[in-house]
Amino acid sequence: MTTTQDLARNIRLQCLQMCFNKRASHLGGALSVADVLAVLYGSVLHKDPAQPKAPQRDRLFYSKGHACTALYAVLAETGYYPHAALETFTDNGSYFTSHVNHKVPGVELSTGSLGHALSVAAGTALAGKRRQADWHVFAVVSDGELDEGSNWEAILFAPHHKLDNLTLVVDYNKIQSFGSTAEVLNLDPLADKFRAFGWDCIEVDGHDHGQLSAALAKTGRQPGKPRVVVAHTVKGKGVSFMENQLAWHYKSPDAAQFAAAREELTQGHAA
Amino acid sequence: MRTTFIDSLLALAERDERIFLLCGDLGYSVLEPFARRFPERFLNVGIAEQNMVGLATGLSMEGYTVFCYSIGNFPTLRAMEQIRYDVCYHEANVKIIAVGGGYAYGPLSTSHHTTEELGMLRTIPGLVVTAPGDPSEVAAMTGFIASHPGPCYMRLNKAGEPRLHAAPPEVSLGRALALKQGAHRAAVFATGDMVGYASRYIEQHGLAADLYSFPFVNPIDTAQLAELAARYSQIATLEEHQANGGFGSAILERLHDLLSEGRLAALPAVKRIAIPNAFISSAGTQDYLREQMSLTLRDWPAGQS
Repeated sequence: MTTTQDLARNIRLQCLQMCFNKRASHLGGALSVADVLAVLYGSVLHKDPAQPKAPQRDRLFYSKGHACTALYAVLAETGYYPHAALETFTDNGSYFTSHVNHKVPGVELSTGSLGHALSVAAGTALAGKRRQADWHVFAVVSDGELDEGSNWEAILFAPHHKLDNLTLVVDYNKIQSFGSTAEVLNLDPLADKFRAFGWDCIEVDGHDHGQLSAALAKTGRQPGKPRVVVAHTVKGKGVSFMENQLAWHYKSPDAAQFAAAREELTQGHAA
Repeated sequence: MRTTFIDSLLALAERDERIFLLCGDLGYSVLEPFARRFPERFLNVGIAEQNMVGLATGLSMEGYTVFCYSIGNFPTLRAMEQIRYDVCYHEANVKIIAVGGGYAYGPLSTSHHTTEELGMLRTIPGLVVTAPGDPSEVAAMTGFIASHPGPCYMRLNKAGEPRLHAAPPEVSLGRALALKQGAHRAAVFATGDMVGYASRYIEQHGLAADLYSFPFVNPIDTAQLAELAARYSQIATLEEHQANGGFGSAILERLHDLLSEGRLAALPAVKRIAIPNAFISSAGTQDYLREQMSLTLRDWPAGQS
């Protein structure tokens, strides 16, 4: 049986492979969110990869569209399409574009322009509430995109309308495109901000699967409150020379870096 | 127009439980009947248009036909990227409704002058862009966009516009509506509330010209346009919108395409009557501002008046 740890390792290896093969960027943010996606897809989401649009599925809106490799990888790992499909990543004519594309099975929403998905997720959650549906809505945002004001419109909206069927995860790796979040536009104290807005806020180590599982659980929630999981993560997590390095927002690995990273990722999570 | 819109939407919502209305904290004394009748399908989302359009996308993904209502620029320019990326790219069943097109809220100043949105919106793939010319067109268009599966925009004027059609018009995608036809070689193509202005002007001044309302700015039925262009030697396009990129531009583009495709033997003389790509800083009624910006049929066609 595949554990969420195995899943996270496989996601990271796939992201590395895709970025190396296609000279693609945004590897750092894909590695930071891998554990969040592994726990969501490995143990939290109610889903059926054979029927990606099944009405009773949980909905996941992945707002950090630039870190598409992690989402594409977890969807392949969990059976939405064969791994071979990932080999077309960024190829002419492929739906696997380097920002998330809803033409890919299992993807709810195209993203890439930041600050869009949380509003759509809130609208979906509102529809679920109005129709008394029992499925749940998740949104995953990056920290940098919280600079976009549109998010804060939705952050104001969700508790007002008691969207307790909505869970937001912030991949708080603390590095955005051109510097640290503290330098560019400080988000802290982020958890306090969410609490002040009326969210049920849980802070976790975003690489600790036990903490993530507990925080993302659909049971044991505060009635009438949306939940936000502020997941403290490390950009480039799992590859020593990529961790906390701004450059890996952009760079793609050369052959030596690829081999070294692959070795670390394979060994680092060996059971 | 806005009262006709909400009355029409109410009637549609009685029959169609998918219809959902969002507003951006606007619509006082207009939207209350809908809100009272369908509290489960109405929501004031607050003064947050970007979020409103995103919410609408999410609601539509769950099967609702979602109308977003606000004044002029706010549900359009303010939320342009949400319309383009969330709504149109995902072919979401969302209808953006802007009240107060053009200078309808004249004295409220530039913030409330809706004079660029047609040009911006008509470039977005898949978006049906409409500006009905009178309340009867609004009623027909509300029904049309509610049943049209996909993104639509409708520009309304405000209130008190006279009815121009003797019988309820039937709108079909892209088609212009004939309002005055005779043995004339000149025609006015107008959109939105300028149709009413043109109708009054033609009658009051005995202008020897036919009149067509173009409730669709995008798409425009090119087969019909080719027929009309062959019939008239002089055409005036009339819109309460900047000249750059608006309705008149759309007509010129289509006409030139028809010519280059060999579907039209010659181009008629086209006079574009539109706002001369300028802001206006003074207060004024809609009529006053139209006059200031030369939105008039005076001096057209050349030599006639």
